[in-house]
Formats: sequence, structure tokens, C-alpha cells
Amino acid sequence: MSAAAFTGTSVMDIDAAKIRGAGSNVHFDKVSVAYGAHVVLHPLTLDIAPGEILAMIGPSGSGKTTALRAVAGFVRPVSGRIRIGATDVTDLPPYERGLGMVVQNYALFPHMRVEDNVAFGLRAQGAEKALIAERVKDALGTVGMATFARRYPRELSGGQQQRVAIARALAVRPRVLLLDEPLSALDAQIRRNMVEEIARLHRSLPGLTILYVTHDQTEALTLADKIAIMRDGRVCSHGPTTELYRRPPNRFTAEFLGRANLLPVTVAEAVGSKGFATARHGDAVLTGAGRDEKAGDRSLLCIRPQHLSLTAESQHTNRIVGTLREVHWQGELTHLVLDVGGTPVRVSATKLPIALPEPGAQLPLFFAPADTSLLPEDAGV
Amino acid sequence: MSDAVAIGSPVTIRREPGKFWIVPPAALLALLFFYPLALIARQAFLDDSGVANAAEIFRVLHSRFFLNALVNTVTISIAATAGCLIVGLVLALILAFVPFPGSGFIARLIDTFIALPTFLVTLAFTFLYGSAGMLNTGLMEAFSLPLPPVDFLYSTWGVVLAEVTVYTPFILRPLLAAFSLVDRGQIEAASVLGARPFRIVRQVILPAAIPALIAGGSLCLLLTVNEFGIVLFIGAKGVITLPLLIYGKAIQESAYQVACIIAVINIALSLGLFGLYRFAAGRLGA
Repeated sequence: MSAAAFTGTSVMDIDAAKIRGAGSNVHFDKVSVAYGAHVVLHPLTLDIAPGEILAMIGPSGSGKTTALRAVAGFVRPVSGRIRIGATDVTDLPPYERGLGMVVQNYALFPHMRVEDNVAFGLRAQGAEKALIAERVKDALGTVGMATFARRYPRELSGGQQQRVAIARALAVRPRVLLLDEPLSALDAQIRRNMVEEIARLHRSLPGLTILYVTHDQTEALTLADKIAIMRDGRVCSHGPTTELYRRPPNRFTAEFLGRANLLPVTVAEAVGSKGFATARHGDAVLTGAGRDEKAGDRSLLCIRPQHLSLTAESQHTNRIVGTLREVHWQGELTHLVLDVGGTPVRVSATKLPIALPEPGAQLPLFFAPADTSLLPEDAGV
Repeated sequence: MSDAVAIGSPVTIRREPGKFWIVPPAALLALLFFYPLALIARQAFLDDSGVANAAEIFRVLHSRFFLNALVNTVTISIAATAGCLIVGLVLALILAFVPFPGSGFIARLIDTFIALPTFLVTLAFTFLYGSAGMLNTGLMEAFSLPLPPVDFLYSTWGVVLAEVTVYTPFILRPLLAAFSLVDRGQIEAASVLGARPFRIVRQVILPAAIPALIAGGSLCLLLTVNEFGIVLFIGAKGVITLPLLIYGKAIQESAYQVACIIAVINIALSLGLFGLYRFAAGRLGA
């Protein structure tokens, strides 16, 4: 099947307004989950605004799926409350929460045709036949699967099945859509297409609040308005996606959300009025965006590999020199690994000199202060 | 690799040894199964001089004792299978989907029924529900009754209850296996979409369990049609099934031809049920 784009429909647009009106924000109020003595989610306080996509990312066992399942009602918190809109749903069973959910393995009902899968929730809620027919048509149209209504799930590809799963979740007009690693079972190419299509879908349903759990930083960066990074059952950072990527508050966030070079530096001059501090790495004097660093503080200067350049441009006022160790050509990008004062530094370059440098060569690297971020050296989380 | 053929190389035709492996099992089956079966069929359809004896077959098929036994057999097997399906389904749903400590132990305990001889349950039932059993004794003492108030054990329903008790594990085991394969994600998705537990059981879980229900149900039907020990041991008044009738005619009355005619009917019934089971299982992918 071609990667047909999700297309918004008029009925869905009308519904977006309804969803907004119903109040679809999610509020975790000190929500904690434990299995016996083992705490898997430490008290979590977090808000997801109406119409927002919040991506929860983190390594396996970090508590992100537990948080989602607590919203769905499959995990009961040992303490804290969960509110959706004005409703405290902590004690409600899943079928009374007004949610939609899509999981990694699609979870389509194999004995039902696509249209019956999509109609399932509406029938469960006692909707009238005419309304069910209309909603099923709209939902399948939204995900580009209208022509597959009479098929069984086994007759569809993985990507198509996931579209049907999304249509099934959307057909009930949920207040909040829960996506639990929805693309993990798909191959890389289809996954990329689906990420773009989910982004388009959300643009056509701007009122739909989405909690998106993934371990894939690319999905999170592409889709999310905000990201919460989980580690060991705790949120170790939370904020707008671009802000979190550009100014990670700690080492774990910097390294988990995209690749990051972390140069150990000593602050020479505290953060000034423009938000920049001066720091030393060996002999190099560098300027980096800081928060409240003071002279003498030991910090890490975070620079993304794509922000390092082999050639100087006007904004590239920072310069370091490294010894080239490895060159990996990957078509669109060439990855270089250099040794800068004992710290491995990665460079992702789209343009390289015609004569590729040989390993062992001394290369200057240039970067702009605005593309850096100082973060505390000892803050793992 | 080269496709060239070496000139002058010897061409040998190899015999496939695999096809001869059919002989030992076929011979064993013929000796132990088909030959005795053929003897029974011969005894049923031919008289001592080897001439077809249609009149005797007609007489047996229209006899009251045969028709009663047939009705009893069908009634008991259908009732017992229905009971096994209901009890097995409820038990399997509880054991598979209601989390409680010890559910695995209970499942294994029920499994042990399969290992026990069928008459043992009947014996236990006699102690529990028989005329001098615990229930009747207790009730007679408690309410000063002159006669045992509970006497269902020596009726058709006593046989049905005993067979339900013995054969429910034959439903439970395949159902538990089928339920273990049900994707929990489907149940959760249905729940989030607004489906209450009963709808989830009806529309999500049961369709996945239909092959197991058919397989288990058919097996139960086969076993109850041919059940002998339970019916004999209970000794219910007037409850004669086909296997019991065959036993009575062959051993007690030495009417071998009548016994063989009924045996052939019984075999045909069993094979018909088995064929139906295979057809249904094939259609449903069991």
C-alpha cells in the first residue's frame, strides 16, 4: 500500500471542537505506582494541556508505560490522583474514562472485519446504527483506509493494521488518545511515514490530547509539543520539545534526546545578561549558553554533532582542535569522530572537503555559542 | 556451480526407502483395529452360514430396548457435554482472567481428574449424594425425615452430573490453552473503547476460544457417547445406554449378533461425531 496521508474530514473537525469543550487535559497529581515493595513510578506530577502531544520517552523500565497504563486504568496508583478534564478518573474503570488507545501490536480483533473493529467502541457505547456507519466511514477516511473496510486484519500489512487501530481509537471521539509505542512493530521506512502521518492527523484534530509513549527519540522529536524524559520511575526532565533538545537540563537528557558531545569545561566568567558564560576546555576559551553558572564551576558544554563544522562561518566564534580518529560515510551524512583533549567528539557533516582528511589529522572544529548549552557536570538526572 | 554433466559417470536409480515405513504401522493397525472391527461387522450383518441377515438388523433397530438406549445415550451425552461446556467455560474464564493467588494450583488440581478412573468420581458421589450418603444422612437427621430426600443420583441426571464432573477438565484444558493465547492488548483495547467485561467475554474472548470449545466439546461428546463405567457404577434404574446395552447383550444374554449390531451403530455414531468435529475444526481452524 502507498503511504497515503491521513486526511482530516469535516466530521472530525467538528469533533475537535467538541473535544476541546469537554476538557481533555490530563493531570497527574503525585501519582505513584508500586508492585509490592517495588516502586515503578515515583510520585509523578505532570500536566498535559488540551490538544497537546506529550511524548514520554525513556529506556526500558523507566516507568513511561506504567504512567500511560495508569491513565488508561489498567494500573492502580498506590497514591495520587489522575484527572482528565474536570473528572477524577483514578477510581473509574477503563471503560468509563472516555479514552482511545493504540498499542504496539495493534490489538485488532482478528475475527472482525476492519469496519467492525472500528465500530466496536461505538457499539459498546450503544451508539445508533446510522451514527456508527457515519463515524466508521469518517475514521477510516481519516487514516486513508476507507477502501479496506471489508477486509480482515490478517489481510492487511503492519502499517495498514496500525492505521485501522488508530481509526478504531478515533471513532469513539476520545478525550485523550493514548499511544503506547505504536510504531515499534513497523519497519524503519513505514515508521518514518507513519510518524509524519500522525503529525498530519494531529494537525487535522488540533483538540485531541495525545500521550505518546516511545523509546524512539526521533518519533518524540517529530511529534511532541512537549517531552517528558523518564528514568528509574521518575521524570528527569520535562519541557517543550525544542527547548529540551537545545537546552537539556542534565546529562541524561542531553544524551538520550539526540546525540550530544559533552565537553568538560571550567566556567571562567559567569553567565552574563545575554545568557552566555565563558568557559575553558584545555587551552580553548569557549562561550556557551548557560543558566546560573558561576566562575570556577565545573560544567559540561553540550554541542550537538550537526552544530560542529569543519569550516568557520561568521557566527562560529568557538574553535576547538581535535585529532581525527574515525570517518563513517553514510550517504547523506558523514560522521567523524575526533579526540578533543581526551574527549571523543562526533561531527555530523553534510559537506566535506573534496579531499577527505585521513585519521590522525589535526582538524579545527567551529561552532556557534547559541548552539551550545552548559549543564552541571555532576547532575546525572 | 556448473551445470555440466560428467560424461560416462554412472547413473544410479535410488529407491526411496521412506515409502516402506507405511507397512509396519499399517499392519499393526490392521491386526489390532481393523480386523476385530471387521469381525464385529461380519457378526452383525451375516448369520452363521454367511448370509446377510437384514431381518435381524431391522428387528434390533426397531426394538424398544435399542431405541431407549439410543435416546438415553444421546440425551446423556448432549446434556453432559453442555454441562461440561458451561462449567468448563466459567472455570476457565475465572482461572485465566481473574487474578487470584493459587489459580495455577486450582487448574492443576482440576487437571488431576483426567488421571483418575471414571468410576472413582461415581463412588465419591455415592458417598456424597447416595441414599446413605452424607447429604441424605445430614438432611434426614436435621429434619427428622423418614426417607432420603435426595435421590437424583440414581437417575439420568445423576449420570449427567457424574459425567460433567469427570469430563469438564477435557474442556477446561484446551480453553485455558486458548485463553493463554488471547492477546491481552485486545482485551485492554476493548475495555478502553468502552466495552464492559461481559461484552469483552462475548465479543473478544469467546470468538478466540471457539476452536478450543469445539475441540473440547467434540471430545466430550465422543467420550460421553461411549461412557460405560459411570453408567454401570451408578446403576441408575432404567438408564441403559448403548455401551451398557452391548455389555448386557454380549455378556449377560450371550446374544452376540444383537450386541454386534448395536456396536456397529455405536461405532457409526462415534465416527459420525468425529467426522463432524473434524469438519467443524477444519472450518474454524482448530
